[in-house]
Amino acid sequence: MSRSASTATETEQRAADRETMSMVQAINSALHCTMAADPAVLVMGEDVGFFGGVFRCTEGLYEKYGAHRALDTPITEGGIVAAAIGMGVNGLRPVVEMQFADYIYPAIDQIISELARLRHRSGGEFFAPVTIRAPCGGGIRGGQTHSQSPEGIFTHVCGLKTVMPSNPYDAKGLLISAIEDDDPVMFFEPKRIYNGPFHGHDNNGGGSGSWNDHPLGQVPVGHYRIPLGKAATIRAGRQVTVLAYGTMVHVAAEAIRTSGIDAELLDLRSLLPLDIEAVAESVQKTGRCVVIHEATRTSGYGAELVAEVQETCFWHLRAPIERVTGWDTPYPHAFEWEYFPSQRRIVDALQRTLAYH
Amino acid sequence: MPKTGGNQPAGAHSHPGASGAWVSKLHVPTGSSRPGEVPDFSALHLVSDGALFRPEPDCEVRDAEPLARGLVRVLDDEGVAGGPWLPELSDEHLLQGLRHMVQVRAYDERMFRMQRQGQLSFYIKSTGEEAVAVAQGMALDSGDMLFPAYRQQGLLFVRGRDVVDMMCHCISNARDNCKGRQMPVFYTWKDGNFFSISGNLATQFSQAVGWAMASAYKGEDHIAATWVGDGSTAEADVHNAMLFAATYRAPVILNIVNNQWAISTPQSFAAGGTTFAARALGYNIPGIRVDGNDFLAVHAVTDWAVQRARQGFGPTVIELVTYRVAGHSTSDNPDAYRAHNESDAWPLGDPVTRLKDYLIGRELWSEPQQQALEAELKEAVSRDWKQALSHGSLEDGPHWPVATMFDDVFQHMPAHLLRQRQQLEEEE
Repeated sequence: MSRSASTATETEQRAADRETMSMVQAINSALHCTMAADPAVLVMGEDVGFFGGVFRCTEGLYEKYGAHRALDTPITEGGIVAAAIGMGVNGLRPVVEMQFADYIYPAIDQIISELARLRHRSGGEFFAPVTIRAPCGGGIRGGQTHSQSPEGIFTHVCGLKTVMPSNPYDAKGLLISAIEDDDPVMFFEPKRIYNGPFHGHDNNGGGSGSWNDHPLGQVPVGHYRIPLGKAATIRAGRQVTVLAYGTMVHVAAEAIRTSGIDAELLDLRSLLPLDIEAVAESVQKTGRCVVIHEATRTSGYGAELVAEVQETCFWHLRAPIERVTGWDTPYPHAFEWEYFPSQRRIVDALQRTLAYH
Repeated sequence: MPKTGGNQPAGAHSHPGASGAWVSKLHVPTGSSRPGEVPDFSALHLVSDGALFRPEPDCEVRDAEPLARGLVRVLDDEGVAGGPWLPELSDEHLLQGLRHMVQVRAYDERMFRMQRQGQLSFYIKSTGEEAVAVAQGMALDSGDMLFPAYRQQGLLFVRGRDVVDMMCHCISNARDNCKGRQMPVFYTWKDGNFFSISGNLATQFSQAVGWAMASAYKGEDHIAATWVGDGSTAEADVHNAMLFAATYRAPVILNIVNNQWAISTPQSFAAGGTTFAARALGYNIPGIRVDGNDFLAVHAVTDWAVQRARQGFGPTVIELVTYRVAGHSTSDNPDAYRAHNESDAWPLGDPVTRLKDYLIGRELWSEPQQQALEAELKEAVSRDWKQALSHGSLEDGPHWPVATMFDDVFQHMPAHLLRQRQQLEEEE
């Protein structure tokens, strides 16, 4: 059999092995793949074992791999992360679930002072390959304690990688990379798009789609990786570059579509390391840039993006860089859609940017 | 109805004092002494009445309960050994223990003086509590993992770490295995199963439990041991450690070194009127309070906890009652917050003297031998110091190359750090 024929067969095989998955199912599939391949991988957290997780991401792991590998824990995030660090030092590869990203703060000393800096402070002698998964973001009527996007806190910490996927295909490939990485990874999962892409709220209450109808809802059943540190171009365009990640990728895509503006949309996927080459290449081409995230504005990750863009693209810029973000307030329960960056705010920013000649 | 709570200014309250300020009913604890006072350790109840029995290491927690509020001792005030906790240790083992403690003290003295001469930025002595790390280290196997705080340097001597390497770390020279990144005394030694010491208090306590859980997960027999100070027990990590250790019956020994002082804060601020060992009972973990200056008792209690953990019966909390003779570190003057020479009034004596006197009493040792040992180890430390300096000093180097600060942030250096390293090199 010729080499090309063999490759075609493999390709067909891979295509046949794809299934329609929601982001929850894709994450679950990534956990199944890594746990089957490596007995050192375990998941741990509140309600992740017997129950299968409040969002169902760890469903079936307890039955398949046992109570010690789908490990229910007491409700103390600092204790969970500390135990994971000790396990990681002793040869395991723990995947921690924080039930909500909003609950992560009791663990912050263990994450920032310990997990992130262990390799460095020990001169490279010790490290803990821990992945921390955290459902994040708003749009689910979660109020101020179930809606936050704290990714910018962690991109500010040296020694952590920070990732946020926007679709099932990326979620699985990125999570497998994160788990198999020997560095600690903060893996934020926008829960608004767990079960379907979300295009932003409109006054009729719609805006949600299904992963069944989305090409990136087709996910390989087996093991594959998406490298950390590589952005994806969602839409090519010439007028303006839009930088987004997580739920905002879908809101931005819809805003671009309805506005008719020829924008280039990048899904950053990995915030640290940042794919600055892809960002700079795009902005140098378009000369304009709009940065979008759901998190609060001041000292948010968008500020870092704006700084990086002006450092690498200053002489190509034809307009000030715009930010569309959550407001600098706690996430309000009753005013969720006024808080959440809307298509309208994104279109307004795009138009302001294009008004410069 | 009277209004309660709120941010009322002084004087706007319903019970103003003469000055218009509130008349406080808040209880604030005191310590053993403040400058000018006579030291008083009676609140510690240093009596062994309740600890005159030794349960089997696989006992129920309730069967060990009195040990959490008593005080396990083997050596009495006259230096005579006895009682149910008397350990079976060889003469060589005991003499080795004495040697380790004398060595730690010689090392501490030398490094403290070098700090005072400006050769180290900082130092922490363990004077008066050497028996804790030395006896406990000797009760553990080399495959057991140590998660120490910053005052257990004795563990390194027990495990045989090269003293020159320790010194090179403390002066951040080109041979420092921490590559110039850590303050002095925050040692790391993977080959000796000695975890990287953090400066964030008590974080290692709950990490040790995770390490022990992984040992059990893998079906191994290694256990973990970890240390924390009396003051640091206030951290949430200590609660987390005890809860996780109990929940998963982790093979771990959780040691609380109660040396009476957390910088200037008395242990009473963290103890809340009880013993630290008694904290364990609420978690269904046996807690044992031991005379931390009694080498034999510390060894015996640790042996018990090692057996319990290794046989799968789970964790033990050990409170080691001792006294921090020196300041917290080279950065504080203890005379500013406690009575001058308070240590002279410490009722449990000095661990080196007590073991030495015991060995002399058994005719295994003599004062001349002790003097010779002290001289020998002092001389050895001086030689080691000169050798350490030959690898570089803190002020003049050589250090690790500056650009190595970018190594080990990640396993593989990402592009943004490569750029920053290049920027540093261009600006140099």
